[in-house]
Amino acid sequence: MTMLKTFPKGGLHVPDNKLSEKEAIQSINLPKTVQIPIAQHIGAPAKIIVERNDKVRTGQVIAKSSGFISANIHSPVTGTVTKIDTFLDSSGYKNPMVSIRVEEDNWIEEVDLSTEVNSEITVSKEEILQRIQNAGIVGLGGATFPSHIKLMVPEHAKAPEILLINGVECEPYLTADHRLMLEKPDEIIIGVQILMKALGVSRAAIGIENNKKDAIKILSERIKNIKGIEIVPLKVKYPQGGEKQLIKAIIKKEVPAGKLPLEVGAVVYNVGTTFAVYEAVQKNKPLIERVVTVTGKSLVKPSNFWVRIGTPIEHLLQAVGGVPENTGKIINGGPMMGKALKDYTVPVTKGTSGILLIPKEKSNRRPMQPCVRCAKCVDVCPMGLEPFLLMALSDNKLVERSKDDNILSCIECGSCSYICPSSRPLLDYIRLGKADVNKFLKSQKDGK
Amino acid sequence: MTDAILYTVGSLSGLGLVSAFVLFVVASKFKVYENPKIGQVEEMLPNSNCGGCGLPGCRPFAEALVEREDISDLFCPVGGNDVMKSISTFLGKDVAEKDPMVAVLRCNGTCEARPKVNTYDGAKSCKISAMTFAGDTGCDFGCDGHGDCVAVCDFDALYMDPVTHLPVVITDNCTACNACVLECPKNLFELRPKKKKDLKIYVACMNEDKAGIARKACSHACIACNKCVDVCPKDAITIENNVAYIHADLCTLCRKCAPVCPTNAIIETGFPPKKEKTEVAPAKVSTIEELKLN
Repeated sequence: MTMLKTFPKGGLHVPDNKLSEKEAIQSINLPKTVQIPIAQHIGAPAKIIVERNDKVRTGQVIAKSSGFISANIHSPVTGTVTKIDTFLDSSGYKNPMVSIRVEEDNWIEEVDLSTEVNSEITVSKEEILQRIQNAGIVGLGGATFPSHIKLMVPEHAKAPEILLINGVECEPYLTADHRLMLEKPDEIIIGVQILMKALGVSRAAIGIENNKKDAIKILSERIKNIKGIEIVPLKVKYPQGGEKQLIKAIIKKEVPAGKLPLEVGAVVYNVGTTFAVYEAVQKNKPLIERVVTVTGKSLVKPSNFWVRIGTPIEHLLQAVGGVPENTGKIINGGPMMGKALKDYTVPVTKGTSGILLIPKEKSNRRPMQPCVRCAKCVDVCPMGLEPFLLMALSDNKLVERSKDDNILSCIECGSCSYICPSSRPLLDYIRLGKADVNKFLKSQKDGK
Repeated sequence: MTDAILYTVGSLSGLGLVSAFVLFVVASKFKVYENPKIGQVEEMLPNSNCGGCGLPGCRPFAEALVEREDISDLFCPVGGNDVMKSISTFLGKDVAEKDPMVAVLRCNGTCEARPKVNTYDGAKSCKISAMTFAGDTGCDFGCDGHGDCVAVCDFDALYMDPVTHLPVVITDNCTACNACVLECPKNLFELRPKKKKDLKIYVACMNEDKAGIARKACSHACIACNKCVDVCPKDAITIENNVAYIHADLCTLCRKCAPVCPTNAIIETGFPPKKEKTEVAPAKVSTIEELKLN
């Protein structure tokens, strides 16, 4: 047996708990109201172009991208705008949102709603970019970086050589990408071809963790007659799905600190994003729904759903039979990188890949103990950092030293906090340190 | 035997003399002139190195005082007017005179007034808590209560009240160095003039939510009801973003606003207990009534 590819430094094995991997993606009935945040992506928040009492149709733009790094936001339902106000979102703060009362589901005319697979790529390179931009597609893996920007290769930059598709889904519990690969393999492959055309590359690789053998098999069958695309099974190791870890595993190149993957000739898209690209380019469909895994050991039936953006998480929890009584935390995302929610009125956004319920007895953090210098955090850090040191530096506000110790390279995978036998909140402090360093760099830049 | 001793003494003294000469040459060649006044001014300063003046410490502040022509924008909040005046006479430059200030916490969301709606079990740091979410109570703007301000205070002027879980400013110790103002992730601290006997009236709330939401989250929240604005004879109170603010420069400490506040969001400190006034007034009325009756 050949060794499976993986990244060399750090990483750890977490119980994968993919409870919902056998559950087909179900569609869910529309909620009564949806709340659509205008900042669902990295970059400038979109600018709202509807007003209160406006009638909107499914797929209609309700907030326009403002600035270079930004994305359009579309109405996921047909109904009336009832409120433009601030509501609680998954960040734990109140942010501006558009609230729409759902009346029906009447799509705008331009969208092709037929289910047959359209495999002919007829549109030009520029048109692909335009359609992706119009559809408001952002990275659905969780980082929510506007997708069209990755296609706009700057003139002086290195030309991309390979397109990498991230189907790793190393985060425990989540099965959204896995199910998508099983159920929409043709669409994903066409999506890959569209992106290859847009980038002008002849090679593409789809990285899939080896615990999804059925997905590897099904996609391998589809690419038999297609040149240039390969499926790369990857070793099951967290955080294999990190962008830099994926690049290192597949093309054996390391992205320099503070640089983009393009530096080593790679562009990475998530499989979910690839599917959204297919829908945007071939069907003219904007990004208004995504696959969300609703899971947790206490749930009777963990499931995967096609969810419209803006649906309250409450609605999803009702669809799986309500919140079990002993639930201690509701997490937006997976257990490693996800974030506990303050309330379940929070809407699903473009970056929501799963909702995880943790029972009370498992949810509380253990009290923090002194560091015992076991260096386990150093061992598991996939970026080769020293989390215990970065925590101390951040706690003591040694901003310049944390910068020199590459605190900004941290991908916030949470491996260090997970492994720490003293339950020290390493990642919390590193996040704080990163924020301080960024503030410091900004003040330096402004000063000059 | 004596030779050996003589050689040793001679060579060592020679070495000493040569080194002394080299050091003398180096010292005179690379001498850096430093204004002796800097050292003297530094001694006049409190030497707490708190950074309250905006410069990294007392030495850089002393350098700035001596070297700059115009020092009217420099002020040491710790030393206050006395220190600045003595520096002014020593250097012969004009300095600004400022009212002594004191930090106040603009949140009165005690545990009783502001019930918790969920639990935070992350790192015990306000900054990390504020990065994670808006707080474990219904109020998005209130104190997180992990005591970052207490940790940053160099003058022991803050402590956490174990009952209310809010920091308390010890007015006598507070030097208005601004450290807590900069540290608080929710921007709850403000420097206000420390008038005679520490008389202060301020709105202890920063909740920008609408009245209903704010009141539901905290019974001490400012609900922007305008009552204090109406009652203020000097127009010293304004309401912005659903929060009232008392402008210290206009306020005459007449104490009319605090009693009308329906949520007790306006705090008075340093005043004698109010009982005298309230007791005296009804007593007078009753006597008049009695007189009329008679």
